[in-house]
Amino acid sequence: MTNWTQAKGPGETPKSNAITDVACPFCGLVCDDLEIVRDDNGLHVVKNGCEKAIAGFDRNVDGAKPQVDGRDVDIGTAIQAATALIRKSSLPLYGGLGTDVDGIRAVMALADKSGGVVDHALSEAQYRNFRVMQTRGWIMTTLTEARNRADVIIVVGSDIQKLHPRFFERIVNVDESLFSETPPKRTVYFIGKGLDQSAVKGPRIGEIITLPCEIDRVGEVIGALAAEVKGTPVTHDTVAGVPIADIRALAERCQSSAYPVFVWAPPSLAFPNADLVVSTVSDLVKDLNVKGRAAGLALGGNEGSISAAAVASWQSGYPLRVSFASGKPDYDFLRYSIPRMLANGEGDALVWLASFTPDLGPPATKIPTVVLGTPGLKLPNPPAVFIPVGTPGADHAGRIIRVDNVVSLPLRNLGRSNLPKASDIFAAIELAL
Amino acid sequence: MLTKFTGGTVYDPLNGVNGEVRDIYVKDGRIVAVPPPGTRIDAEYPLNGRVVMAGAIDPHSHIGGGKVTIGRMMLPEDHQGHEVARTELMRSGCGHAVPSTMTTGYRYAEMGYTAAFEPAMLPANARQAHLEMGDTPMIDKGAFVMLGNDDFFLRSLVEKKDFAFIKDYIAWTMHAAQAMAVKIVNPGGISAFKFNQRSLDLDEKHEFYGVTPRDIILTLARGMKELGVPHPIHIHGCNLGVPGSMNSTLATIRGAEGLPIHLTHIQFHSYGTEGDMKFSSGAPQIAELLNQTPNVSIDIGQIMFGQTCTASGDSMRQYGNTKSANPKKWVVMDIECDNGCGVVPMKYRDKSYVNALQWCIGLELFLLVQDPWRIFLTTDHPNGAPFYFYPHLIRLLMDRTFRNEMLEKLHPGAQAATILKTLDREYSLYDVAIMTRAGPARSLGLRDRGHLGAGAIADITVYEDNADREAMFKTPLFVFKSGELIVKNGRVVKVVSGATHVVRPDYDRAIEKPLREYFDRYHTVKLDNFRLSDQEVVESNCGHTGGECGCVIVQPCGPRTS
Repeated sequence: MTNWTQAKGPGETPKSNAITDVACPFCGLVCDDLEIVRDDNGLHVVKNGCEKAIAGFDRNVDGAKPQVDGRDVDIGTAIQAATALIRKSSLPLYGGLGTDVDGIRAVMALADKSGGVVDHALSEAQYRNFRVMQTRGWIMTTLTEARNRADVIIVVGSDIQKLHPRFFERIVNVDESLFSETPPKRTVYFIGKGLDQSAVKGPRIGEIITLPCEIDRVGEVIGALAAEVKGTPVTHDTVAGVPIADIRALAERCQSSAYPVFVWAPPSLAFPNADLVVSTVSDLVKDLNVKGRAAGLALGGNEGSISAAAVASWQSGYPLRVSFASGKPDYDFLRYSIPRMLANGEGDALVWLASFTPDLGPPATKIPTVVLGTPGLKLPNPPAVFIPVGTPGADHAGRIIRVDNVVSLPLRNLGRSNLPKASDIFAAIELAL
Repeated sequence: MLTKFTGGTVYDPLNGVNGEVRDIYVKDGRIVAVPPPGTRIDAEYPLNGRVVMAGAIDPHSHIGGGKVTIGRMMLPEDHQGHEVARTELMRSGCGHAVPSTMTTGYRYAEMGYTAAFEPAMLPANARQAHLEMGDTPMIDKGAFVMLGNDDFFLRSLVEKKDFAFIKDYIAWTMHAAQAMAVKIVNPGGISAFKFNQRSLDLDEKHEFYGVTPRDIILTLARGMKELGVPHPIHIHGCNLGVPGSMNSTLATIRGAEGLPIHLTHIQFHSYGTEGDMKFSSGAPQIAELLNQTPNVSIDIGQIMFGQTCTASGDSMRQYGNTKSANPKKWVVMDIECDNGCGVVPMKYRDKSYVNALQWCIGLELFLLVQDPWRIFLTTDHPNGAPFYFYPHLIRLLMDRTFRNEMLEKLHPGAQAATILKTLDREYSLYDVAIMTRAGPARSLGLRDRGHLGAGAIADITVYEDNADREAMFKTPLFVFKSGELIVKNGRVVKVVSGATHVVRPDYDRAIEKPLREYFDRYHTVKLDNFRLSDQEVVESNCGHTGGECGCVIVQPCGPRTS
């Protein structure tokens, strides 16, 4: 396990020139205890940085220029070209949406005015959750609540470590708890084979128990677990290769625990109908709450996707996949999926925003494309217009909503570059439109 | 620029003006005294025969924050068919049970409202609440921060911390969350639910902390008073929605020991257990006690029939209400060792005995509580009904014949169980002006809002004097915000931002030392990131001070006393 906390204890003095309590926007957890120093070579995470934080902050973004048709231009020319393209379009698609709250506000305003469609690059994963919220609902908890209260953690088919490298350190293996001076060790269950357990160690970690099934068969194990909890036992000896006795033991453990927390990350559940797994987990948690307490904790939410869905919801009523083509918000989470629209030749301009990681490049498409991106963004082909933009929390200030959909954090301007805010570029386009 | 509003019939209770024909003068966004003869008038609105009031103020409406947005996300089918198209002036949106933010702002203004206050801002969710309110144009906003279920507060009570320490913590939280008052929701109950307690009555002990709701209420009531915060502790009491809740409500009123308290959406806490259905009205007993208890103010939380969505911090009681969810989906959350929430869609039906009686109980309270200065008109939007039912509610209060016609359509059992038909009272326009303007402004400490005297902000609503009071209050002729015409004939003609109101009681900054350590040891957010800076709620560098854009207005706070 990587020791992210190179120096521990609240009293310890930070490096003299370090910026402390920095919030990191590079995954949905938005850890805010980072220390960062700035020198002539840029930013360096010196404390509490995971590999995502280091990759995000320490990256050099100097020298990127706006481009139109592959030629360097000044920013005004690039904005003009983008405006012309959007003006000409009868159905612009606003995708990517890797940005902060102000960025997504600006996208919504522009999409409303230009009659476009909004959809986040990670919507497909988020909709594994939203479909359940919109049909069944659930009982959820948040990071601080789980950190202090959970006595059993059940990881459902998700590679948490890969998506959120500090989850186990910050939420599970914590020294102290609000409700006991000698907090008991926690049992961690993994439902699914091959999930990275390397960070599940330390003084608070008790047993680690794996129910090894293929990831795309997690639903079967969860279904059996739900049946056991409901008191309708499964008659098979094994389910998806997992002995029923082990599933029954987990059911009993959930019922005898004070606050079991089921953790899943929708991006990991990348198989057909994965929303049904989320649905079954949520119903199972509801059943546990008839007599005791239990909660779900959905992770994921990288690339600003939580902020994008929240802002879209409060401004339009709908969590993304909304079209403003008729002048009113029109919602259809199948129809207004940008990957589906592109595949079917719908939409005549793609406006792509990716301000956090270079991995969130636009899909290959023949329709004219405007990209507002962090320098180094992976591009399948040169877009009609490229405007390099800053990363909220590194190049300019901002705000972002955390994965539990409750807490939001301020992102600081660490002075990494003078790259513009995406929200300012979109506001300029909207004004010119 | 001097504007004259000539000859309107003015209802301005804070200045004792009851339906008198008056001229009103406005200069630079404020109402000014009658200028000397011969002063040049730049613009004039002849208002003869029209009714003039200050802009209306909603003191309890869930317009911003995570649980409202959970409601929005959860109910796409409720928005469909209620989408609102973009116009030259206005953004698109949607609006039925839980309208989108911009649509909320436009609709409030179109109904003559110029301010609405979010009553349940979780400290952990304060940043988002302000972001959503920032996206709610036209009206002034502000929020009440929720305390009393958070671990730090409960722990401080258990450890018998010095009262000054607790006051410092309350005041610090108000600053950190940019709040205007403090609310307590199911005192201790949200926390107790996390420990698997399923109910918590006024004198029942929280099994982990050992404190009672009574302890919590008294601590916060005294805290508010001694910090000089104008609005008293805003209490969502024990046992929301439970038959028999009237008893804890009566006990809460008596237990305030003369301290000022505000009991919110009291309709949901006024139920008895009589009759075959074991569900009856406690309104007469509660109103009788309220009439003798001048330290207590209330708002109603009237229900209306149709689809809505309940959104509350009360995870304990909302979990209990999930069995009535319609449609059958709901969200309950435990939040940050701080608070909770429960979002449960609800369809109130006039043919349901319980729902019909809830409707009657709310109206009984409106009509039986005698002092309009201590009762505010709310539906607890969206919990009892969406806010745009206010004109209908006003007509129910002002028009006995209409009220009785409506009553006759309800479940016959409910008609038999209510004394509503025997209540002849009809609200006057003056009463309505108190209940929707003067009373909330006074209670919230908005000294230059809610009235039309010299010095007040020129938030003014002009109505046609229509005998159909619903039509009258639904479609104001003119609405002015800070002297600017924003609504004409019930349609937005200019979009403004509205300001955010805050109250900032004094505190000793030494409280940050134990708090910082607490955040470092147990939380997942650092204290300095938890706190909202002024810049986050202010439109950046606007330079205004009077609330012309999204600025912050710091309302005066009384002196801190011990």
